[in-house]
Amino acid sequence: MARHWRTGAAGLAVLGLTLTACGGAKVGDTSSGSSSSSGKCGTFNLAVNPWVGYEADAAVVAYVAQHQLGCTVDKKDLKEEIAWQGFGTGEVDAVLENWGHDDLKKKYITGQKTAVEAGQTGNKGIIGWYVPPWLAKAHPDILNYANLNKYASKFKTSESGGKGQLLDGDPSYVTNDAALVKNLKLDFKVVYAGSETALIQAFRTAEKNKQWVIGYFYEPQWFLSEVALKKVSLPAYKTGCDAVASKVACDYPVYDLDKIVSAKFAKSGSPAYNLVKNFNWTNEDQNTVAKYIAQDKLSDDAAAKKWVDANKDKVDAWLK
Amino acid sequence: MTVAVEKPEPAQQVADAAPELKSSRRKVTRPMMVGAILVVWLVLFAVLRGKQTLTLAAADLTGLHRWFNDLNDSVGANRNSNPLFLYFFNEIRLVIDNLVTFVQDLISQPSGDRPLPQIGWLGVVGIAGFVSWAVGNWRVALLAMAGFAFFGLQGLWQESMDTLALTLSAVLVALVFAIPLGVWAGLSDRFNRIITPFLDFMQTMPTFVYLAPLTLIFLIGPASAVIATVIYAAPPAIRITAHGIRSVPETTVEAADSMGSTRWQSLLKVLLPMAKRTVVMGVNQTIMAALAMVTIAALIDAPGLGKTVMQALQSLDVGTAFNAGLAIVIMAIVLDRVTTASSTRAEEARNATGRFLKWRRPLLGSGAVGVVVLIYLSHTYLWAAQFPGDGTTGSHIASAADSVTTWVQDNLSGVTNAFRNAITNGLLNPFQSLLTDSPWWLVGAVLVGIAGVLGGWKVSVTTAVCVGLLVGTGMWSDAMTTLASTIVATALVMVFGIAFGVWMGRSMMVDRLLRPTLDAAQVMPPFVYLVPFLALFGPSRFTAIVAAVVYAVPVAIKITADGIRDVPETTVEAATAAGCNTWQIITKVQLPMARSALTLATNQGLIYVLSMVVVGGLVGAGALGYDVVAGFSQGELFGKGLAAGLAIVLLGVMFDRITQAAARRTSA
Repeated sequence: MARHWRTGAAGLAVLGLTLTACGGAKVGDTSSGSSSSSGKCGTFNLAVNPWVGYEADAAVVAYVAQHQLGCTVDKKDLKEEIAWQGFGTGEVDAVLENWGHDDLKKKYITGQKTAVEAGQTGNKGIIGWYVPPWLAKAHPDILNYANLNKYASKFKTSESGGKGQLLDGDPSYVTNDAALVKNLKLDFKVVYAGSETALIQAFRTAEKNKQWVIGYFYEPQWFLSEVALKKVSLPAYKTGCDAVASKVACDYPVYDLDKIVSAKFAKSGSPAYNLVKNFNWTNEDQNTVAKYIAQDKLSDDAAAKKWVDANKDKVDAWLK
Repeated sequence: MTVAVEKPEPAQQVADAAPELKSSRRKVTRPMMVGAILVVWLVLFAVLRGKQTLTLAAADLTGLHRWFNDLNDSVGANRNSNPLFLYFFNEIRLVIDNLVTFVQDLISQPSGDRPLPQIGWLGVVGIAGFVSWAVGNWRVALLAMAGFAFFGLQGLWQESMDTLALTLSAVLVALVFAIPLGVWAGLSDRFNRIITPFLDFMQTMPTFVYLAPLTLIFLIGPASAVIATVIYAAPPAIRITAHGIRSVPETTVEAADSMGSTRWQSLLKVLLPMAKRTVVMGVNQTIMAALAMVTIAALIDAPGLGKTVMQALQSLDVGTAFNAGLAIVIMAIVLDRVTTASSTRAEEARNATGRFLKWRRPLLGSGAVGVVVLIYLSHTYLWAAQFPGDGTTGSHIASAADSVTTWVQDNLSGVTNAFRNAITNGLLNPFQSLLTDSPWWLVGAVLVGIAGVLGGWKVSVTTAVCVGLLVGTGMWSDAMTTLASTIVATALVMVFGIAFGVWMGRSMMVDRLLRPTLDAAQVMPPFVYLVPFLALFGPSRFTAIVAAVVYAVPVAIKITADGIRDVPETTVEAATAAGCNTWQIITKVQLPMARSALTLATNQGLIYVLSMVVVGGLVGAGALGYDVVAGFSQGELFGKGLAAGLAIVLLGVMFDRITQAAARRTSA
């Protein structure tokens, strides 16, 4: 036995020596370009809600925070509800794109006081009913809700129980569709696709195969640059017309998307908080970055770099 | 998953002469009784249609749902002052967080001042190979090394290591609890009876329901992800360990007792060593279950491959999702083969020649030294630390998957829509309206009656309790919608299961070809194939059914094939000699004799289909699945989602008990 040991050990020693001799670059001795430039900022916990538009916001803010402020950015992929919950537990510092969500504001801003508002992102959130472009072109009058009943039978599917199908998406999003259908006396049934993925795929197939689909959608959204869905007009929104959920008979308001930060983060004096507070851009800006990510398949960082390099003036304004 | 290993052998042994006589007389009457119940149901349905259906609109809540909401809110509001949190949950979280961070620092994440993890790819591949060889054999060692190297080629090294770190930590934590509990359940019938409903609950309660509360209790981070995984992955190890302990022959234990060994001695020296092989299979099942949670845990920021899949899904990037899904499949297959090999190694070693055994120790020793050298290299040098290349293989795989899905979508969508409409209008819609438009008490009575006929009075009592609780959750109508889809899906699973199972059971060649595909279908995250299915069938209940069938059919095929293979060779030969043709042998000999395997396949198929209800909710199935997803997404619907989750558990328990009892009877 001992002999085997000795041979084995000797062989391995030789092998080890050979390998170390022709070693090559060592870990850690590369002239690190990302020399962590003074940790005044520290760690910045950024929630990333699961849609590409938000991913674009987060990509740019994280890029700027990391490269120009020297923060350590910790991006956390979370749904809205869980992200807001994280304000209280200290796991989340900022949410960059909030769509209304008066329920969450009531619970966490006025109730638990763990979150505060940090101003608007500059993006306008539009929610409504959309049809694929081929349909809007073939039947222009469909873009008025009053004509929807005329076409209801065309929208029938195996799921809609003999009525027209109105497709709804991810349950996290604000929707009054069931009440709208009832109160506008439409011969439609709301069918829950259950996810944004299902909704986008339905529109994509519909445009390609000239199928009749009408569904809940929203802008800004990267998919609109692939298929330019057309919005159906509903009775115009007036302040207060959506006060009672079951009585709603008007269009969705235009949402000024806003930013929410944890109360602790707002008082921390971190340069990242200033960045979040000043962060402001247009729907086009967001769509550009979202397109880099979703269609050109750039990584978040590469997409952000591309936009930041081309929009130095905007970024500088956020850093004042 | 409920009875994965409790194959019906014990039931077969129970069979004695008396019930056999009785059952031969009853064989004629049982289907007739079921038929009579169904006829009565149809008649009453025609009269009472639409009455007392207990429907609840999408946004409506019951008192129970509101109570759940309040409970959740009060936990959130008090977590920082409650001593239970300060001194109990927070401590658990710290321990688990530290464990995961430690493993991550080793293999996946930069640690301290190092820009790279402590052990680079070369070291990890070396460790994987060495461990596989030590616990298994050299063949699985090669497989493990090739598999791990492939992660690097796919361009997913770090993601894979994150997933591996999380899975290993979760499995470790799960086993720390599961093995002692399993031994206890194996020794004590009483404890076994108490714990079984909890295990059913842990396995069938959709993870979506408790993800949000978990992050409230254990915060966002590795701890929550690990605990979510443990809840789902521990039960198989508990069940299988208990089963292993129970299967040790009575006489062996008695012999040990008579030699004067204490309880501890007989446990440590007799029971555990003899049950070792089964316990290792339990570990195997726990690893598989843990890997099934990878994508769901990504919803609460668990790092790794799951995140890649979920993020790709946001932009409907099937190729990238498939590439990451493939890495999960490979990890599952490697870990499965290694644990399986380790469970049979003891026996193989006993049969091997003495010469090999003599060499094994020195070989292992020098292997260990070699691995240490590899670890050192990968710790020190960049080429061994960071996987070379930029993952071009991965982008090739992604673009190939993309072009396949595009082709399928372009060329098949006309056919598939017609197929969907035929099944939905011809089968699903009538059946669903029968279930949802009947008064609740009528459907309940039918279920109790069928349970009584198929399984006996004990099962009908269980069913009655489940029906009562289902009504109590306030989700009756949605539960019936889900039930209709579930039964249609299970029927399809059995059609495919029997067809392929017979084919596989009759030919070893087919078995060898099909099995890897089945393994892959079982562990590929369903999220990967949702997008192509959506393109083919649109958002609909049928899409959900197809996804569930893909997920559940491998289990049904495997169990059926095993059942067919277990039919004694001599019986088949006798039938051949009597002049039966192949079709007759299958239908008159093999299938009837594999009856209990078929019932078990139905049981497992149904449980697997039910575990896809939530995924179905993401592609248009509505009902319970949608309620659970909505509860996860909106605070106000949390209580309703929880109630929907409970309803899924109740459906699962009810059908598990009915089919198990039926299996016991058919094999009697």
